[in-house]
Amino acid sequence: MSEPAIVAEGLTRRFGSFIAVDAISFTVERGEVFGFLGANGAGKTTAIRMLTGLLAPSAGSARVAGHDVATDPEAVRRSIGYMSQRFSLYEDLTVRENVELYGGIYGLSDSEIRDRGGALLESLGLTPWARTLVGAIPLGRKQKLAFSVALLHRPAIVFLDEPTGGVDPITRRQFWETIYETAARGTTVFVTTHYMDEAEYCDRISIMVEGRMVALGTPAELKERNAVASVDDLFVRLARAG
Amino acid sequence: MTAPAAQEDAVVVSDIAKSFGETRALDGVSFTVRPGELFGFIGPDGAGKTTLFRILTTLILPDAGSARVLGLDVDRDLWAIRSSVGYMPGRFSLYPDLTVEENLRFFAAVFGTTIAEGRAIIEPIWRQLSPFATRRADALSGGMKQKLALCCALVHRPRILFLDEPTTGVDAVSRREFWEILAELRATGLTTVVSTPYMDEAGRCDRVALIHGGRILGIAPPGALGAGFGHALVAVRGTNRFALLTLLRRHPDAISVYPFGAELHFTSRHSPTDAPAVARELAGWLAANGHAGAEVAPIEPGVEDTFMARMGDASPAGEAA
Repeated sequence: MSEPAIVAEGLTRRFGSFIAVDAISFTVERGEVFGFLGANGAGKTTAIRMLTGLLAPSAGSARVAGHDVATDPEAVRRSIGYMSQRFSLYEDLTVRENVELYGGIYGLSDSEIRDRGGALLESLGLTPWARTLVGAIPLGRKQKLAFSVALLHRPAIVFLDEPTGGVDPITRRQFWETIYETAARGTTVFVTTHYMDEAEYCDRISIMVEGRMVALGTPAELKERNAVASVDDLFVRLARAG
Repeated sequence: MTAPAAQEDAVVVSDIAKSFGETRALDGVSFTVRPGELFGFIGPDGAGKTTLFRILTTLILPDAGSARVLGLDVDRDLWAIRSSVGYMPGRFSLYPDLTVEENLRFFAAVFGTTIAEGRAIIEPIWRQLSPFATRRADALSGGMKQKLALCCALVHRPRILFLDEPTTGVDAVSRREFWEILAELRATGLTTVVSTPYMDEAGRCDRVALIHGGRILGIAPPGALGAGFGHALVAVRGTNRFALLTLLRRHPDAISVYPFGAELHFTSRHSPTDAPAVARELAGWLAANGHAGAEVAPIEPGVEDTFMARMGDASPAGEAA
């Protein structure tokens, strides 16, 4: 199991004559925080759907947590967690009910749900809110709950799709500290964001333009190689050139 | 801020409040927008931005306080206001199954005008959109959808424009393009009130209001927002940022330490004039604690530094949203 968390080789997806993802190759190490950037329509969502076993590649391959996304998407889905900007929590269920529901979906036993769920609520400071409807808890706590629920089954990799959209600047930073802690415990974090300052927090980033991966490296390397001061400038330069 | 309403002010809002059930969406908000100004509301989801815009466009009434737009009262003069304002709601609200041109023609017709009559004002945007004139609106990219929505809000030649989060969820390149269009509109003298959750967009506005938890935390030109910061602020760069962050939080003078892109911003208990001394002391302290290579430099607070500092002042619980 010393295999990297993600290995993509020539990963491609066509829709008719349109090439949404055009032979991208990259590796994500275990415990890495990997930023996956690109303009709207660059192919990020299609790539993520392939990496999470929801969409079969047209060509090339990807192994996620040691499983092939084309031949074993079920095993891929069991090994990953996923959280999107539109938190996939049920607003009209309580905090505890959401934890129980997702624990069940992920195939945890009743005792695992009770133990891990209890520990989870305690660590998030949500124990007093356990019987509160999710729709009534503050946005920052809802976001942490969604993240924690995505980690409930202890996946090797968690995919975060614009997890901080519209969140206030303090909560946004607190969320990134949670990401660091999660990565430090060995979970790989694969994250997309429109906040370019957040791209600087990643160990490595990639930038997609029109289906191709045009940049891959640490933020410092990429800034130096392109002689720009920030990832924002880098992004605008590469995405506009494309 | 609450001086008697000058005749020429484009928007005058005095102490408005609005609640939805238990939630206080707006809690004593007052401000004025001058004619020709590009005025920005900056704040996260749940700050009250959309509620405020809905009041100013006469779609809902405040529970208390008063609001005047172009000298007209939002309660008594709603029909006069509606024909004079352009409004782009936060949620995409065009017809997905109509083409670009059909949407534009529809909105022109609703206001009793034609595309030809609105041509001059929409020209800079229409140049970018016209190659897609026969494409269905739902087949446009996120950035192009926003440009079409702006065109539809402008085609009846409004005297004031309200744009609710036009750049949310739009990528960094399209965001820049959208602000370049707003700068062109500003040059024509059009008054524009715009909201955004992106702090880095503040610099595009003449003045900005920071809004959080239904309250305004401050109003100023973007360059002057940091004036009342009141503490020395230094930027720290170094390797192993998370270890550096944890260490800096233990410094006896630390009020707050936050990541800012490639840097960490350290707010000290000391006054702004002591910033150079604070930076020197901190560099020495970091070297003594295993971070000899860290670069430390005094800096001026930016919009986001100011926002976070005032958020902390405004809500002791820290998490009011």
